[in-house]
Amino acid sequence: MSLAPATLAAIVAMALATYGCRAGGYLVFTRIRPTPFLRAVLTYIPGGIFMSYVTPALVHGGLPSFAGAAVTVGAMAATRNLAVGIFLGTAAAWAVWVLR
Amino acid sequence: MSQPVTFTWAGFRRGMRLSLPLLIGTAPFGVVCGIVAQGVGLSYLETLLMSVFVYAGSAELVAMATWAHPASPLAAGFAAMVVNLRLALMGPVLAPWLDRLRGWRLWGSLFVMVDQNWALSVRAMNEGERDAAQLAGMGVPMLAGWIVTSMLGRVLGAGLRPAPGHPIFFAALAVFICMLVTLWRGRQDVLPWAVAGGVALATLRLLPHTSWYIVAGAIAGSLAGAVRDRMRA
Repeated sequence: MSLAPATLAAIVAMALATYGCRAGGYLVFTRIRPTPFLRAVLTYIPGGIFMSYVTPALVHGGLPSFAGAAVTVGAMAATRNLAVGIFLGTAAAWAVWVLR
Repeated sequence: MSQPVTFTWAGFRRGMRLSLPLLIGTAPFGVVCGIVAQGVGLSYLETLLMSVFVYAGSAELVAMATWAHPASPLAAGFAAMVVNLRLALMGPVLAPWLDRLRGWRLWGSLFVMVDQNWALSVRAMNEGERDAAQLAGMGVPMLAGWIVTSMLGRVLGAGLRPAPGHPIFFAALAVFICMLVTLWRGRQDVLPWAVAGGVALATLRLLPHTSWYIVAGAIAGSLAGAVRDRMRA
């Protein structure tokens, strides 16, 4: 049950940033209409974040990660179910890691 | 605006009923977050505080991708901001409901607003639902579920004690790959996604052991997409 001061500070910073987006976005963008360009940037951000997270991890993760990614994409495309995608993908990565 | 917007216990309960499938759908995400929290060395208390007060799974995973010891509040806060910028556009869509709320009803509803209960609320609002308590009615059980499943993952991680690089951590990657599959809209996504991946790789080489590569990749990729769209228009 430890609580490191730096970790607490990081959690507080994340909490403020997140609530700032949830509440601040409502306050600001109901008064100022975002330009179409800003709106386009914001809609592309989620895909950009996930690609930025996934790409280096795949490049450095080697064969188990590639196998897991392929199975995750296939399972998710077929079922559209997050639990199935996570479970089958992780199982595939694990299996290749064990067999290798 | 035919009928006034209300905030009633009945509406809250309707939201709670709607949240059941959402709870099942997001449970694995919470478990993955808890496992990763154990992996980067967060204590039970730290994991709990993060689940309760940040309550944004993608941001938590991104921040924990390169969790330093001691932690960096600046890097973690900035990563959370960029990952959650999409939430800033979600509140205004619900303005016909939210504009009628005051005090804790408004600020509490915004606190528990996540992608899923927002999407269902927008649909309900467009179908003529006038009870704004539905958003919080879905959001409060989802927050409770998030706390329970993250702590479950933290316990699971403590039991397994996986070494860094263990394939169980692939689950965090799988979460994001699943989201990419859901997000995919077609050829228009190729350029922003490729730029994001490329810039992320390059930034990680320049600034190893920090999470800036995710922020840099996301900003570069989304700018590339938006600039391309504007040049086409």
